[in-house]
Amino acid sequence: MNVVVCVKQIPDPATPYTLEDGTNWLVRPEEQILDDGDRYGVEMGLQIAQANEGTVTLVSMGPAGNGQGIRQALAMGADKAVLIEDDTLRGADALTTARALAAAIKNEGFDLVIAGTESTDGYSGVVPQMLAQILDIPALTYATKVEIGDGSLSIHRQTEAGYDTVEASLPALVSVTAGVVEPRYPTFKGIMDAKKKPVDNLSVADLGIETAVDQKVTSIADAPERAAGQKIEDEGEAHLAIVALLEDRKVI
Amino acid sequence: MATYVFVEEEDGAPSTLGLELLAKARDLGDATVFYVGSGSDETFAELGNHGAASIVHLDPGDRLPAAPVAEAIGARVGAEDLILFGQAYTDRDVAGRLAARLGVGVLSNASDVRQVGGGVETDHEIFGGTRIVTAAAGQGPFLVLIRPKSFAAEPVGGGKPTVDVVDLPAPGSSEATVTASQTEEREGPQLGDAKIVVSGGRGLGSADAYGLVESLGKTLDAATGATRAIVDSGWVPYAKQVGQTGKTVKPDVYIACGISGAMQHLVGMKDSMTIIAINKDPDAPIFSVADLGVVGDVHNVMPKLIEALESR
Repeated sequence: MNVVVCVKQIPDPATPYTLEDGTNWLVRPEEQILDDGDRYGVEMGLQIAQANEGTVTLVSMGPAGNGQGIRQALAMGADKAVLIEDDTLRGADALTTARALAAAIKNEGFDLVIAGTESTDGYSGVVPQMLAQILDIPALTYATKVEIGDGSLSIHRQTEAGYDTVEASLPALVSVTAGVVEPRYPTFKGIMDAKKKPVDNLSVADLGIETAVDQKVTSIADAPERAAGQKIEDEGEAHLAIVALLEDRKVI
Repeated sequence: MATYVFVEEEDGAPSTLGLELLAKARDLGDATVFYVGSGSDETFAELGNHGAASIVHLDPGDRLPAAPVAEAIGARVGAEDLILFGQAYTDRDVAGRLAARLGVGVLSNASDVRQVGGGVETDHEIFGGTRIVTAAAGQGPFLVLIRPKSFAAEPVGGGKPTVDVVDLPAPGSSEATVTASQTEEREGPQLGDAKIVVSGGRGLGSADAYGLVESLGKTLDAATGATRAIVDSGWVPYAKQVGQTGKTVKPDVYIACGISGAMQHLVGMKDSMTIIAINKDPDAPIFSVADLGVVGDVHNVMPKLIEALESR
């Protein structure tokens, strides 16, 4: 079974994000990390591939930098990676991203495509669905549990009220929520092996896709700030200040 | 430019998020609702009461709505039209597939939308809501995903709308089937509509310490929430998550316990009327949005707070 896992390298969310002057694109340092939300998809892919004599191919788009984030996913055990990087893809919107990923995934061949539900840095939240539409396959989204059957799959799909059980035939795409599986930590051997695993670099010309982006940023402004609040040190009585404020707001 | 609103049925009624979008749409012109669910005279009257001029009823039955509903909507909208979706599960499924089908973009995570000339302009809060980006799309149909709680749902006493029942297209290669629906046991106030929300983060130190959040929540008759960090760690279920990935809340009072205030979390709660934060780290970003910040250990402050409230 060919399992493709979509992953993204993002600037470390623990560091402040900034925008490039002029373009308003997110500044992407040379060293990026694997989006934490993608570790669940990688783990899921590894488990499914292992149970079904399959391989796991990572597909990613964005400035490669030093490739550290991709190596993290390879170190977990993925077999190889395809990295799409092209100057014309900078500032790409969700549809352009989905077109690029879909073209690379078609090239690789697939039975199952796994993605997170959204990236931590861009969070448009629609790339997996667009990808499924372009690939003309079902999208089983927001999975909290995934089971692979004979030529089919079944998931628990997160809903507002609880979850739905959703089934479809393969090939299909599944988007996974954090917590769907427990991601493994890379072993020392995994980290060493990752350095030797194949990473294919592809450009827009290699993929033959449209990259026209229809959206533009017209302005950026600071949001109105909240009025400064009061900050107190707890010396044993701070809870009384909270009680007083709750009384003042008439909620108790 | 025709204005459409995507509304999904929840528990046999239009979702609150759908009604929020309708409140915005009716300001932009005559609003037509794409209603996804089994539908009834009551639900249609409710939509009319919230200002829907007409309804296109799409009943997916046991089919996952994404593919057939996107195809049906795609066949009805023109290049001038605006369709409002919520930043919610099924809305994202349909909007994503619809956009790829039509070859247009999606303006995601919008907090406001305006018609400008023949186009559409949207506002988006970034970096935890500290900056606002205004974006524009050139080519329609214009698909906009709006964050929950951006507008207030409000009945306007509109009459009964016209209802056009549309058969969904036959299943194709993107078909998926919903074979069962499970409702999780829900006790007490819910995150979306509670007056008080008590949330916990990594600063609690352990999954067991989330019990403090639950106790405080119970004492205050509040809903309980969590940060992505502790949901990812498996301390509490995903349904409790407040933030970019998760629920947006706007209660009268939000109490953040052991929460540092990552951008991801702030965007989901910063519009609460009053914010109280308890955190050991005096430099935690949560204090920048807190009306009352207590620099202290949650394990000291919370038990005393619970006791003080209980003895009132």
